[in-house]
Order: sequence, then structure tokens, then C-alpha cells
Amino acid sequence: MVQIMEKTGKELVVEATLDNLDQVLGFVESEAKQAGCPEKTVGQIAVAIEELYVNIASYAYAPSTGNCSVWLWGDVQNDSGSLRIELKDNGKKFNPLMHKPPDITLSADERPIGGLGIFMAEKLMDKLSYSYENGQNILSVEKQWRI
Amino acid sequence: MEMTVNQNGSQLTMELSGRLDTNAAPAMMTKLEEVLVDGVSQFVLDMANCSYVASSGLRAVLNAQKKMNSLQGTMIVKNVVGDVMEVFDMTGFADILTFE
Repeated sequence: MVQIMEKTGKELVVEATLDNLDQVLGFVESEAKQAGCPEKTVGQIAVAIEELYVNIASYAYAPSTGNCSVWLWGDVQNDSGSLRIELKDNGKKFNPLMHKPPDITLSADERPIGGLGIFMAEKLMDKLSYSYENGQNILSVEKQWRI
Repeated sequence: MEMTVNQNGSQLTMELSGRLDTNAAPAMMTKLEEVLVDGVSQFVLDMANCSYVASSGLRAVLNAQKKMNSLQGTMIVKNVVGDVMEVFDMTGFADILTFE
């Protein structure tokens, strides 16, 4: 369900499951395009949101399920634009940004399977932040682009 | 995502088409397990029609490389588009993989 709030922000609420990944990405991508975001940046935002959402869908409520709310604010200036996206869940308190950075210099055989998702989101976006308020995990993502 | 597999003697080619995302990666892993077996000495992964790779997709690609290493074969990734190459670069995969 998409709600339009106070002119600027939009919210999509889904059950936090992998089945709803396409719906979340569809929402984020179409809103990013509407905000004038270049195609390349839309792809980067989608990968970052996928990594963060998959984390929530996999761990926040496990083994049960619950909702994830996706908030989105776009801002367009004369020569630049930006998007802020918040992912909120009421699951276990967990800060995914407090992770050990992966060693990206290891050979194929030495590499562990996993640990790259959050690292990629951090690399692709301008800013990632986490807070815990009123029983909610809030992950905030920001990305800017030039027009 | 669609996967097309072609075998020519000991060379096996897999063409990916679409998004290599969290929902597509398990099917690729399963397919790789099925096709990368004794007797395959070269694996070619053609990514011409894949412009989106998430970390789960990287894991599938890494698995293929590990499998080919254990088979003492080679793996070549070809036709990688710019956006995907950036992901390979930022994660260090560009140093692990062999491109053509």
C-alpha cells in the first residue's frame, strides 16, 4: 500500500519477506525516476536498497514475520537531485552498519561466502545511517546526483 | 533472470539475461552445481545481458570460480557491462575473476 504524505514523502508498507523484494524495488525505482534520477543512479540505489531490505527480510523478525515500511523523499534543485530513503521495521534491535568490513583482497578460495551486501550499499550510496527509536530500527539512505 | 547453458566438449558457457538479484541467485547456484562437474575444463560466463548484480549474485559467481578452481579448470567472465564492472571493482572481484 502506497501512501502520499504531506506533498514530499511517500510510504510503502510491505510484509518483510523476500517475495516482496520486487515490490519494494519497483516502488523505489519508479519514485527515483520520477525525481529525475539518472538510470545509472537508479540501478545503484536499487542494489543498495536490495541489500538492506534483504537483511531485514532475512533477520529482523526471524523465525516470525512482520512489516517493513519504506519511506522516500525526493528533492530536485536546478542542477542536482537527491533522494532519502528510510527502511523501518519493528523487529529485533540490530544495527547492520556495525559490521566488520570484508577483506576484499582475498583470493577466490580464501573468500568467505557473504558479508558484502552492507559494504556494497555503503559504497554505492552517499550516506547510510542507523537509529533505534520507539522500538523501531530505522535505516536511512541518501544519494545525490547531478543533472 | 534467464540462464542459457551450452556445452561444447569440455567448454561450458552460461549466458545470463536479466537481474542477478537475491531471488535469482539460488537458481543460478543450483544450476552451477548441476553443470560444473568433472570433465568441464573451461567455464565461460557471458554477462552481456545482465546489468544488475547484488551481493547474492556475487556469491553465485564466486561459487563458480571456486568450483572451477577445485576442478583445476579455468573460468572466464565476458561481456561485462559498465555498471556491473563497477560492482566487481568495488568488491575486489575484479582481481579474482578473469575477464575477456
